[in-house]
Amino acid sequence: MRHVLAVLALTAGLIVNLAAAPAFAARDTLTIGISQFPANWHPSIEPMSAKHFILDATRRPFTVYDADWKLGCLLCTALPSVEAGTAALETRADGRQGYAVTYTIHPDARWGDGTPITTKDVLFTWEVGRHPQSGFTNADLFTRDIVGVDAKDDKTFTIHRDKPLCTYAEINDFAVLPAHLEKAVFDSDPAAYRQRSRYETDTTNPGLWYGPYRITAIESGAHVVLEPNPSWWGPKPPFRRIVVKAIENTAALEANLLSGGLDLIPGEAGLPFEQALAFEKKNGAKYSVIFKPGLVFEHIDLNLDNPVLADARVRRALLLAVDRGAISRQLFENRQPVAHNQVNPLDRVYVEDFRHYPYDPKEAAKLLDEAGWGEKRGGTRVNAKGEKLSLEFMTTAGNRARELLQQVLQAQWKQAGVEVRIANEPARVFFGQTLHERRHKAMALFAWISSPENIPRTTFHSTMVPTAANNWSGQNYMNFKNPEMDRILDDLETVCEPAANKRLWTRLQQIYADELPSLPLFFRADPHILPKWIDGIVPTGHEASTMLWIETWKVKE
Amino acid sequence: MTRFLASRLLQALFVLLLMSMLVTVLIALMPGDPVDLMLAGNPKATAADAARLKALYGLDRPLWERYANWLGAALTGDFGYSRLFAQPVPAVLLPRLGNTLLLLGASFVLAVAIALPLGVLAARRPYSLLDDAVNLFCFAGISVPPFWLALLLILLFAVTLGWLPASGMGPVGEDGWLARLPHFVLPVATLTLASVGGYTRYVRASMLVELRQDYVRTARAKGLEEGQVVWRHTLRNALIPIVTIVALEFGTLFSGALVTETMFAWPGMGKLIYDSIMGNDLNVALVALLLATATTLAGNLLADMAYAALDPRITFKDVRS
Repeated sequence: MRHVLAVLALTAGLIVNLAAAPAFAARDTLTIGISQFPANWHPSIEPMSAKHFILDATRRPFTVYDADWKLGCLLCTALPSVEAGTAALETRADGRQGYAVTYTIHPDARWGDGTPITTKDVLFTWEVGRHPQSGFTNADLFTRDIVGVDAKDDKTFTIHRDKPLCTYAEINDFAVLPAHLEKAVFDSDPAAYRQRSRYETDTTNPGLWYGPYRITAIESGAHVVLEPNPSWWGPKPPFRRIVVKAIENTAALEANLLSGGLDLIPGEAGLPFEQALAFEKKNGAKYSVIFKPGLVFEHIDLNLDNPVLADARVRRALLLAVDRGAISRQLFENRQPVAHNQVNPLDRVYVEDFRHYPYDPKEAAKLLDEAGWGEKRGGTRVNAKGEKLSLEFMTTAGNRARELLQQVLQAQWKQAGVEVRIANEPARVFFGQTLHERRHKAMALFAWISSPENIPRTTFHSTMVPTAANNWSGQNYMNFKNPEMDRILDDLETVCEPAANKRLWTRLQQIYADELPSLPLFFRADPHILPKWIDGIVPTGHEASTMLWIETWKVKE
Repeated sequence: MTRFLASRLLQALFVLLLMSMLVTVLIALMPGDPVDLMLAGNPKATAADAARLKALYGLDRPLWERYANWLGAALTGDFGYSRLFAQPVPAVLLPRLGNTLLLLGASFVLAVAIALPLGVLAARRPYSLLDDAVNLFCFAGISVPPFWLALLLILLFAVTLGWLPASGMGPVGEDGWLARLPHFVLPVATLTLASVGGYTRYVRASMLVELRQDYVRTARAKGLEEGQVVWRHTLRNALIPIVTIVALEFGTLFSGALVTETMFAWPGMGKLIYDSIMGNDLNVALVALLLATATTLAGNLLADMAYAALDPRITFKDVRS
């Protein structure tokens, strides 16, 4: 028995010793924890925030919005502009106008295997992107927005845009592909390209990557290893190795951070907001917790087919009856700002000149009285026919933050005499069927994710109402139809003169605030949990992740 | 024996065929088209984009046609590509299968190795202090949800004491089993503690019944040592119902342990099956679920054969019926 105990003790000691080693890892290795593992690696097939977060260390888009939400160049030498003579209006053979926009690829830009990045890669990317069988998710850029690409030389190319867009210089989603590796694969069978691409079959091939880091190892479902790309042309990146571990359970993700198994949890694919708030209270002294509000717009879509909600007075009353400021203080500790419109105040196109809805229960009551819901029975308002003012309220079941918010809203509306019936569904049903086919009866709480200066055409244009006839296309789930809004949405793309463009944006925000097809609630804040020994991480609040500027991160002395 | 095996093989093939149809229909009945879900977060996506991608993934074709195509190819050994992972199904499945077998196999062996002596000891002294202690241990194991147990173990051994790693299959860049060993401890302990209680209770119950049998009294009357009576004669008879339970559990070896795998970031079959079903990755979901079904069927076959080995009165003629 003693021998058995001795062996057990020795084994336990050995295991503990073996496990203790990683705790003393040097600071030339950074271990990042995320809550999702990318299913695939092609930059333009199946978007996924976790995938883009990792890939942003391994590539540089031509153009991107920076942390100040200003468009800039990463892979090109300068942002094209009419003033600089690198963008010009042109009239095509069919008489339609568009922009010819010329970019120059950074002269030192090379793939990880040393092959220069040239216009051959750009032309190949365009060829793949517009092929109907390539499987590109963002095919609209290649099949509609861009009507042609010309190469002037190895480094200079001109993109011909379909319309005279004000945002003509932006090609953020044009993720260049290595023609010297991918062309043969694509040419052999375009329909099988998405499966046979080297991004899926040979992911650690250095020639696929062109950022400060390249992928050197993958354990599917577990972790990805990034190491410096010797062909990188920019400043030397700060870490010898970055390990990105996927831990899907966020409680385990947090425990891994506390145990020293992780150094950092990014906001792009990390802890839920409420968990991060609790984490900050307990561990704020040991970590820097940054809550970065951004372009995730939490709101309630109203089904305007519902006769109750068809009345704008009821919609306004609903918003006036909720104290969003108090909710932000009590539930979100002021980390998630109240949204007064669907445009974020950090966006260049935001204006203040629209109707605001401060908490005003008296005004809400007055509006409801005017709308014919004056009488109260058992605390609930009724109309002349004796029908109760009762609305169904849906969101994604299991999303704790939303469910909590929903209950607070329900309680506040109850005080205003509005009965709210909660009917939540799993995300898959809610997004995949209910919203998609406009089956929500009254109110649906969810978020829109957009980009800076995003024209909300698919959400507010009257042609974008999903119906069986248009195969449920579009995201105007509200059935919002306003001829002036339609005109503005059409014009915003092409009226670029600054004063006229600003007038359109102002009017758009005014119509939204007056009509309230949806109720604006908050702009979601992503919690970034960083170690104290790192400097230079600046969350952007939009779709471009902090990893795009990883070479500027610094380890504190 | 040959006739018995051939008959069981035919039955298994029929069950697998039915199962493949059922899985296909159930996945198709799930609300939400995978392409629509993929494009749901993209305000720029159009109906043309959705139609193009549906045609590309074959989602525009009728269900029966997709199933027939899959079945025809599967019979030739081609299980197709994973829609989510853009890789051949075996390339997605096999590494995860290996990881799951390692994890669940170790905990399965450990749980049975602990449950057998504990159950026997408890049954020999029913309602004693020892029996109460074993029962308490068993009910605690059965009652505690695995995710909570996993979290407690992580908090104690990884966060507070810092003795063991909180997750993963091993240190990045090191493949030796010695380096990986600490990473096994917490997930294996979680799964073992979660299953050992149930096994122990089965062993105890079965032993209690057997210890009251006449042949045990006869063996004792003949002067056999207690150890021989219990471990050689009684346990062998008590094992027959336990083998049934263990055989049924065998299928889980291939379907994985979703909660434990998620908590410990262990890339195994449970998470893969969940992701493939949620992502409408029919090819992966079908093969993974069929593999789990086939294993359960194989486990039952082994159990039938074990009955004959454990009890000489049982022949293959009997078990066939």
